Amino acid sequence: MAPAERRLEGIRSMKHKVATTVNGRRHEHEVEPRLLLVHHLRDNLGLTGTHIGCDTSQCGACTILVDGKAVKSCTMFAVQAEGKSLTTIEGMAKDGELHPIQQAFWDEHGLQCGYCTPGFIMAAAYLLAQNPNPTEDEIRKGLEGNLCRCTGYVNIVKAVQTAAKTMSTAPARKTTVAAGGN
Amino acid sequence: MAVSQLVGAKIHRREDPRLITGHGHYIDDFTRQGAAYVAFVRSPHAHARIKSIDITDASKAPGVAGVYTARDFKGQLAGTHPAAPAFVAEKKYIPERFPIAEKEVCYQGEIVAAVLADTKGQAADGANLIQVDYEELPAVMDLEKALKDGGPKVHDGAADNVSWDLTFTGPDVTDAAFKEADVVVKQRILQNRLAPVPMEPRGVLAEYETYDKKLTIWMSSQSPHFIRLFVSGAMGLKESQVRVISPDVGGGFGSKISPYPEDYLVPALSRLAERPVKWIETRTESIQNATHGRGQYYDVEVAAKTDGTLLGLRVTQFLDVGAYCGTFSAFQACACLMAGGAYKWKGISARTIGILTNRVPTDPYRGAGRPEATHLVERMVDLVAGELKMDPVEIRRKNFIQPQDFPFTQNFGLVVDSGDYEKALDVAVKLAGYDDLRKKQADLRKQGKYLGIGLSTWIELCGFGPSAATAPATGGIALVESAQVRVTPTGSVIVYTGTHSHGQGHETTFSQLAADQLGVPYESIELRHGDTSEGTAFGYGTYGSRSLAVGGVAISKAVGKVIDKGKKLAAHMLEAAEEDVVYEHGSFHVKGSPDKAKAFGEVAFASYGMSLPEGMEQGLEAVAYFDPPNLVWPFGTHIAVVEVDAETGSAKLEKYIAVDDCGNIINPMIVDGQIHGGIAQAIGQALYEEVVYDEDTGQLKTGTMIDYMVPSAGEIPPMSLDHTVTPSPTNDLGVKGIGEAGTIAASAAVINAICDALSPLGIKHVDMPATPDRLWHMMKGTSK
Ligand code: FES
Ligand code: FES
Repeated sequence: MAPAERRLEGIRSMKHKVATTVNGRRHEHEVEPRLLLVHHLRDNLGLTGTHIGCDTSQCGACTILVDGKAVKSCTMFAVQAEGKSLTTIEGMAKDGELHPIQQAFWDEHGLQCGYCTPGFIMAAAYLLAQNPNPTEDEIRKGLEGNLCRCTGYVNIVKAVQTAAKTMSTAPARKTTVAAGGN
Repeated sequence: MAVSQLVGAKIHRREDPRLITGHGHYIDDFTRQGAAYVAFVRSPHAHARIKSIDITDASKAPGVAGVYTARDFKGQLAGTHPAAPAFVAEKKYIPERFPIAEKEVCYQGEIVAAVLADTKGQAADGANLIQVDYEELPAVMDLEKALKDGGPKVHDGAADNVSWDLTFTGPDVTDAAFKEADVVVKQRILQNRLAPVPMEPRGVLAEYETYDKKLTIWMSSQSPHFIRLFVSGAMGLKESQVRVISPDVGGGFGSKISPYPEDYLVPALSRLAERPVKWIETRTESIQNATHGRGQYYDVEVAAKTDGTLLGLRVTQFLDVGAYCGTFSAFQACACLMAGGAYKWKGISARTIGILTNRVPTDPYRGAGRPEATHLVERMVDLVAGELKMDPVEIRRKNFIQPQDFPFTQNFGLVVDSGDYEKALDVAVKLAGYDDLRKKQADLRKQGKYLGIGLSTWIELCGFGPSAATAPATGGIALVESAQVRVTPTGSVIVYTGTHSHGQGHETTFSQLAADQLGVPYESIELRHGDTSEGTAFGYGTYGSRSLAVGGVAISKAVGKVIDKGKKLAAHMLEAAEEDVVYEHGSFHVKGSPDKAKAFGEVAFASYGMSLPEGMEQGLEAVAYFDPPNLVWPFGTHIAVVEVDAETGSAKLEKYIAVDDCGNIINPMIVDGQIHGGIAQAIGQALYEEVVYDEDTGQLKTGTMIDYMVPSAGEIPPMSLDHTVTPSPTNDLGVKGIGEAGTIAASAAVINAICDALSPLGIKHVDMPATPDRLWHMMKGTSK
């Protein structure tokens, strides 16, 4: 191995401590500096609801909230999340109650294969936090960082509109996970 | 069938709770204790000879457990990539394909080595240390040049680059039509090469248990049984030794049907290394290696009369096969058989030529052949209308196959089962406000604005598909479908289907179907699929809009068998004659005396007990296979309204109307969702997407999502949908497929709208993708 490669190998294997709060729980891990946050969430924390759909930060499948802001978790190193509070899709439903955005995606058929869905739900959560009453155009623009190959976006837009309505009329979570049926 | 409560209703999907909460199970969510990761070293060249591979540094890299090249797989894998002969009986040349290249690479991305390591990162690092010495060879990229004698060959030393050349019907069948013609319109029509881009890339996790000689493969697949068939064969295992599990699949669109090199190599590596091995495709690997769609051009001629009567059609398809034949690549030649569309013709001649190039193979991509057929015939009809100054709606009405003509035997002998094309057209024209749109167009033209209205009165064939047609086409295995229904002692029901959903919501639709027919609560039905060790001996997978029209009918048949046995047992329990027992709303009762009844659950329980009728075995379960007598033929009318910006050439969709007919509808919400998604994919083809290779070097220029544009919510317009319902006579449920309809219909509507918009500039035809750049140049007369 060339000396430069050996040096690089040294840097790679040097582990860093990273402490994060994820969905309200504190975690501490030793990670390689090159580890992406999305891999940290999936491989170290077992939170596989955050998906990977590209190598170039286009698809948004990996979107999570970092201190309340929507972030593509493939654009951050795990070490950059030090001290931050993260919410992933697994943190959206509480005590068996779906988040209104999740409920709306279900009600409006806002997903087909479901692979893009966690990213869309997280992006929508941020969008609605910023703009509780978005127009259709604002929703479409606001979700341009997320790609879906199945739905043609029609029902995703509808789901976000429906969620906006429920969230503005009933701020408390009222929805429950029904047992597999209508 | 029992009184419908669920069929036809918007039932929320039962797969959604897990998917919206992050608890789905996609391939990358699986691992096995002690798994190694593999990274593949791929050819950077489109065509080259491999002179040597130096693995020294890689072998010594941290965490690397092994480095493997073609030689290591020689005793592990046998045979060549399966390529179905499909229609192309005269196929002349299917190049041999081993999953890993030894001497020659024929497309950029072809695998030359594999590095196994303890972590993903170490495998990737190791792969970077492999040194391959290549001698570059000329890349064959252009279809016309590829056909010329004496030029370079895709495979060094091959006689030519023609995979197939088949004339379905010669020009003579159109001679009379062309002689009679008042006008003849000719056009070359391109079909841009597309990458399917399911949001979930592919992935394989394999565990070979050395001492049990059992192989389990977890992978993202539309057709796990086919993978079991091919991989077991290549590995010298019995099918019974191999289990393929395809969990939640994050989209496929045809790109997850055929077996890929990795599907063989990962299991073989597990057997070699005696540990589980995992591989997850990166997006660049996906765009580079997952089979592409389309990649064709057509030379088309139409003969017509001055009154708009269509007479004759001549079509030659030039299809870019890529470097090897895809398993179903020849199926795309069905574009020829469907080229007549919804119209009556005196004669159609068709020839298909499959041409090899140094690109990744093409294979079915959502619609496979039918989008191309629709695009070409709908474009040609508009060109004729333009020539004759006829309204596009009128020329279509004039030439439609009429409702009383069905079943209609079309020019190639295929029997179109049913249709009412004008009805769908009428609904769409009304929904679009067609006459007002024409007025608006005239007004805008005066202001120098380019508004266009485009129609696509599409038809398709799907639901593959009769054994008589498909068994010869696949080389033996008929595309029928299987189902198993198992009733437990407490009366809950497990339904197994040989299809496999990758977003279509089969768990919901099929449960609706089974629950209704059985008259039991929806909740007591469980639908299972995607695991070759469960259910029937063989399943055929999900593609070609076949799952409901073939698989759903198989379920219905299996349910029918369960009811029949239940009837026998209930008659025995009720001490009545079997003929006198009827089954309604989940209970067996004696005709005319509804209180002499046994509930389904009681009969199920009794079936596992004693005192069964003479000769009856315990249990309540059934297997059924459905071999459809014909294909099913959905249709509809789509209307796109597009404004092309005079300054920038950018085409903006103002409105999109879709009126589709897929026969009876089980879940309207799911049907509409399928149409939405299909339309979006066709809009992608029409306006944005194209796989581009450097024409000289064969380097892929669109290898990331930055360069390959999958449209976002900002590009896709709102859509207005409606339906007509013409039940299919082909199956008892009266259903037709709908998974591909949107994609089959929409590119023609969008491009027709653009051509209509630009007609004042004398522009008659625009090829795809109609990017701002292309349109701007055409509008400025600098052509592109
Ligand atoms: S995986 Fe992060 S944007 Fe695609
Ligand atoms: S639902 Fe499949 S990618 Fe969005």
